[in-house]
Amino acid sequence: MLLLALDTATPAVTVALHDGTDVVAASSQVDARRHGELLLPAVDRVLAEAGTRLDAVTAIVVGTGPGPYTGLRVGLMTADTFGLALGVPVHGLCTLDALAYAADVEGPFVVATDARRKEVYWARYADPRTRVTDPAVDRPAEIAEAVAGLPAVGAGALLYPDTFPDVRAPEHVTAAALASLAAERLAAGAELQAPRPLYLRRPDAQVPKNYKVVTPK
Amino acid sequence: MADEPLVLGIETSCDETGVGIVRGHTLLADAIASSVDEHARFGGVVPEVASRAHLEAMVPTIDRALKEAGVSARDLDGIAVTAGPGLAGALLVGVSAAKAYAYALGKPLYGVNHLASHICVDQLEHGALPEPTMALLVSGGHSSLLLSTDITADVRPMGSTIDDAAGEAFDKIARVLNLGFPGGPVIDRYAKEGDPDAIAFPRGLTGPRDPIYDFSFSGLKTAVARWIEAKRAAGEEVPVRDVAASFQEAVVDVLTRKAVRACKDEGVDHLMIGGGVAANSRLRALAQERCEAAGIRLRVPRPKLCTDNGAMVAALGAEMVARNRAASDWDLSADSSLPVTDPHVPGASHTHDHVHEVSKENLYS
Ligand SMILES: [Zn+2]
Repeated sequence: MLLLALDTATPAVTVALHDGTDVVAASSQVDARRHGELLLPAVDRVLAEAGTRLDAVTAIVVGTGPGPYTGLRVGLMTADTFGLALGVPVHGLCTLDALAYAADVEGPFVVATDARRKEVYWARYADPRTRVTDPAVDRPAEIAEAVAGLPAVGAGALLYPDTFPDVRAPEHVTAAALASLAAERLAAGAELQAPRPLYLRRPDAQVPKNYKVVTPK
Repeated sequence: MADEPLVLGIETSCDETGVGIVRGHTLLADAIASSVDEHARFGGVVPEVASRAHLEAMVPTIDRALKEAGVSARDLDGIAVTAGPGLAGALLVGVSAAKAYAYALGKPLYGVNHLASHICVDQLEHGALPEPTMALLVSGGHSSLLLSTDITADVRPMGSTIDDAAGEAFDKIARVLNLGFPGGPVIDRYAKEGDPDAIAFPRGLTGPRDPIYDFSFSGLKTAVARWIEAKRAAGEEVPVRDVAASFQEAVVDVLTRKAVRACKDEGVDHLMIGGGVAANSRLRALAQERCEAAGIRLRVPRPKLCTDNGAMVAALGAEMVARNRAASDWDLSADSSLPVTDPHVPGASHTHDHVHEVSKENLYS
């Protein structure tokens, strides 16, 4: 098997190739504003580094977020379209799960990424392989009680030291972790998620107020 | 002819997910998924709603286009995509899909200009574009008068709106009249039963000192709204059909007058009209009348090709292949304000073909 993993749900644009046993090549760049430009060249580089081509890939796994939408969609759209062109399965995996999988913590902890607008995307984990809450988006102060006393992982935790005083590595998700977790789950016969985005917020869309009268009264 | 380039085009600059397939000047497929119904209650396109819809619709729409065209993706000579201008987040979905598709299939990628695509689509209807061609593009997002001597390399702005797009004015007036969104088709329908001379609404930027080729629809929009309010304030019934007809007449009068003037001034004997507003029946009729009087050949594609679609992108992509224009690089980005003077976005190492033989001075008035 040859698994291509991508994640663009956070500022990290990250790609990895996994042969079922190990990660054979990987690339990670942190740039919150250039997901669209960086992803395809990164895929190309990773394939070249592994001395292979895209048509050798047998499955794709993509981080489904949660994450800022514009960047998140770059990875999902790329994975979807690769799947269409290659005729290979495309799996989704929660981006927070990949961060948790690489966490430098044994026991219960929290993963938090930056959701902007003074909020974090977060979830609680019993251990690096076991998520115990659904991913959610909240203001750090509002979840302070729920995460009190737990170590935290991720760039979202670093932003809010009042809520997350004990922050552990890693700061950013890697497709290498995403690929390893996916490979482990697939080998165990587990079903992965569909590659659909976890937005967690409704689109910003204000219904325009009733037509405004322009004539001064 | 089998040796003409077979190109798939992807368009996501606004609320339509379009995938078209052409062979040279022949339309093979024009698959569209629209999120317009999701925007209707907002009275305008909501960018995030559009972007979400593009992501969901893309793969099924590509599939549908391939089936409709009866071709295999392997046989494509290139993948074209709207690189801009348009809504940034929406464009990025299409660009991501096009890059992934082109890369996976081992085909060249052509990031192309949305406005140039609106012009080039006419090749699917009326054959090779005459060179030069004057183009009037009118829609909810654009109102531009463009002159092109080579649609792959030289598109020059003659004039454009200084405020609202023509289609936007239609949407706003439809809202004032409580006719719903989008406004174009419904105003056209009501106008057919109204009197275009009933109310003398102002013609924007038509004074002797005004820019000759630019448009303005904001003043007209306000004048129409005021007129309606005055009626309502006086407790009188608003003559919806006459308002629609008189408003529409004011818009198409200015559009056609300026377009014909530009053709005469530049010695161009072909005018093409594209964009969603080109579906307007009165615009077509008046343009036909005025072009005939001026000895200008009018080219207007069928309405489905005038609105945003993937076929227009494929049409321009096919022209890029046919004329050996350089492909885009894998780091192609979506550019929400891609200038109309860039018909495509060639890769960094291939900019040499991007020639503008004609001087571009005095084009940005
Ligand atoms: Zn358009």
